Amino acid sequence: MSHVLKIENLHVSVEGKPILRGVNLEMHHGQTHALMGPNGSGKSTLGLVIAGHPGYEVTDGSITLDGEDVLEMEADGRARAGIFMAFQRPVSVPGVKMADFLRHAATNVRRPDRKEGEELIAMREFRKELKDKMTQLKMDPEFARRYVNDGFSGGEMKRAEILQLAMLQPKFAILDETDSGLDADAVRLASASIAEIGHNKMGLLIITHHDKLLEHNPPEFTHVMLGGRIVETGGVELAQELHSQGYERIRAAHPDAVRANQEMLDDSAEPAAV
Amino acid sequence: MTTTATANESLAFDSAGHTQFLASSGEPQWLTDMRATAWSQFEQLDWPSRKEEDWMRSDLRAFKLDKYSLINPTTGTLADHDIPERLAEGVQPAGVLKTLDGQVIEESLDESLAAKGVLFGDLSRIAASSPEIVQRYLGTVVDSSQDRFAALHAATWRGGHILYVPAGVCIENPLRVAAGLTNGGTDSGHTLIVLEAGAEATFLYEANSAAADDKGLHLGGVEIIVKPGAHLRYVNLQDWGRGVWHFAHQRATIDRDATIQWTVAAIGSRFSQVSQKVSLIGEGAESQVNGVLFTQDKQQLTYNTLQNHAAPHCRSDFLYKAALQDKSRTVWRGMIGVDPGAQKTDGYQRNDNLLLSNQARADSIPGLEILADDVRCTHGSTSGKVDEELIFYAQSRGFTRKEAVRMIVTGFFQQIFDRITIESVREALGQSIARQVREYQ
Repeated sequence: MSHVLKIENLHVSVEGKPILRGVNLEMHHGQTHALMGPNGSGKSTLGLVIAGHPGYEVTDGSITLDGEDVLEMEADGRARAGIFMAFQRPVSVPGVKMADFLRHAATNVRRPDRKEGEELIAMREFRKELKDKMTQLKMDPEFARRYVNDGFSGGEMKRAEILQLAMLQPKFAILDETDSGLDADAVRLASASIAEIGHNKMGLLIITHHDKLLEHNPPEFTHVMLGGRIVETGGVELAQELHSQGYERIRAAHPDAVRANQEMLDDSAEPAAV
Repeated sequence: MTTTATANESLAFDSAGHTQFLASSGEPQWLTDMRATAWSQFEQLDWPSRKEEDWMRSDLRAFKLDKYSLINPTTGTLADHDIPERLAEGVQPAGVLKTLDGQVIEESLDESLAAKGVLFGDLSRIAASSPEIVQRYLGTVVDSSQDRFAALHAATWRGGHILYVPAGVCIENPLRVAAGLTNGGTDSGHTLIVLEAGAEATFLYEANSAAADDKGLHLGGVEIIVKPGAHLRYVNLQDWGRGVWHFAHQRATIDRDATIQWTVAAIGSRFSQVSQKVSLIGEGAESQVNGVLFTQDKQQLTYNTLQNHAAPHCRSDFLYKAALQDKSRTVWRGMIGVDPGAQKTDGYQRNDNLLLSNQARADSIPGLEILADDVRCTHGSTSGKVDEELIFYAQSRGFTRKEAVRMIVTGFFQQIFDRITIESVREALGQSIARQVREYQ
């Protein structure tokens, strides 16, 4: 069965200020989409809104997964429905071991009807599965015993997010700059890992500034976001063009979106309190 | 195992009641004299007032001593009264003592330890059989004149227990004391622990009511003496019903090159006022004090703590963590006191509070009083709500909001659990905490 994640005319505000201004995007299971665009264009916001972050207000439009209204679901309901986001800067959860965190998460995601307090996946089989996945991702087994993201280096955090992706096997995954802050070798490893876990096995929305992460994950579609809208969609060649030549051509073609983007940057640059 | 269940008649907290209590106790004269002295201190002192720093945030107006009895004629076992024992599981105790409403109802000690001179059991009984030891130490650590509750406790304690470990004796398995309280009852247990030079022991104490909302009164006293080179691990789990008034003076003195690891877990009681002091009196002494507090409803738990450095080259480490729900409140006022001459002191104190509701309140007042000039003392405290970004992160991985909060709370306490080297205690505390977390919006 082919799953579909459909975003239509999505408008989103934070504290009354518009950030997304009519986003349309349709992804099918097994496809890889690249989402590119300059800073502040709304890429991460789109990911967070799909994942269900409570800090954003959807003022118009819809997100559906196989026809089900995603916006009606809490974040955990979305995870159980098969949506995953690898965060750019995941928070740390002090005192909670990676293995315990993932065992609980995997149980809930694999058994969406599980009630609170019902048993988790058996420890023994879970440990084996986790160990296998970590071997596959060339991760130190010690990782499982560390507290979630606590004291992790930038690279470790990103790999921990990829490990979670591997364990949770979502229908759709949004990878928000999973390459940022990594050196060239680490990006290559991340790219290969994502390909191994996700390529053609789920719908991938890869948010990135570079083409390195796309090396092993050539996108069928490349979307360019500017001023809170997707202003152009193309194939893999568009990603390559943006990487080598930047956004000059795009900016010239969409002056209104450039203005919107600038407004958003100005807003976010204002001091938080007066 | 001996069982000494005697039914007593109920006695009131007044001089007639106290006179009758002394007459019927069958204790040695020196002990009766001590109690009589303490009773006259009690009669002369006023209840603590909010003008005193330790009591500034404490409201005693609803506390009425005459609602409780000096003696409750309760009989039966803890199980008869559905009183749980949370530290029993996974433990092979070297000795067990249980009390019910301040009456020792069960005591036992490994014969091999008794043969080595270890004393463990009913403090009144051992005061009569080994007076030279009990008289030497009882009342030497906690001063009965320091406030009216201390005096009342010293005058009326019952269900007391002693652990005495002779020099060089190491006890592998823990000694365990379980104090049970029936609804409306009084527990006034006294703990006396003496480790002679080079001795080692682990002492687990727990206090439980039958039901979560049971009422009652606890007048407590803990005296701990750790002699040179001795090592004590002491765990105190307080899970009284949420109608219990809990007053306690707890103090340890740690001598040269000796150590104490003192773990407090406080979950129960309506109102708690605990004075907890550790004095490092010999060079190279070390203390580690850990506290886990979890409050709900309108509970108020107050801990006034002191890390007293009375000798040079000592190390004190202190970490209290509190999670608060509903309209509950915690007060921690902690002091590191460094005496003149206690050079090369290494003192640390920290208090972290996690507020799980907007109505909860945590007062955190660290303090330093340093009278030596070559010391290192650091302190810190944090209070904050559960980070919404953490909740969202966990939810994005499939946790429900409640599961996320429970996990975050457990993780918050993990830093203390990591310090607890006794697995059964870690598990029991973890379960006690997990039981408390409720729906949280």
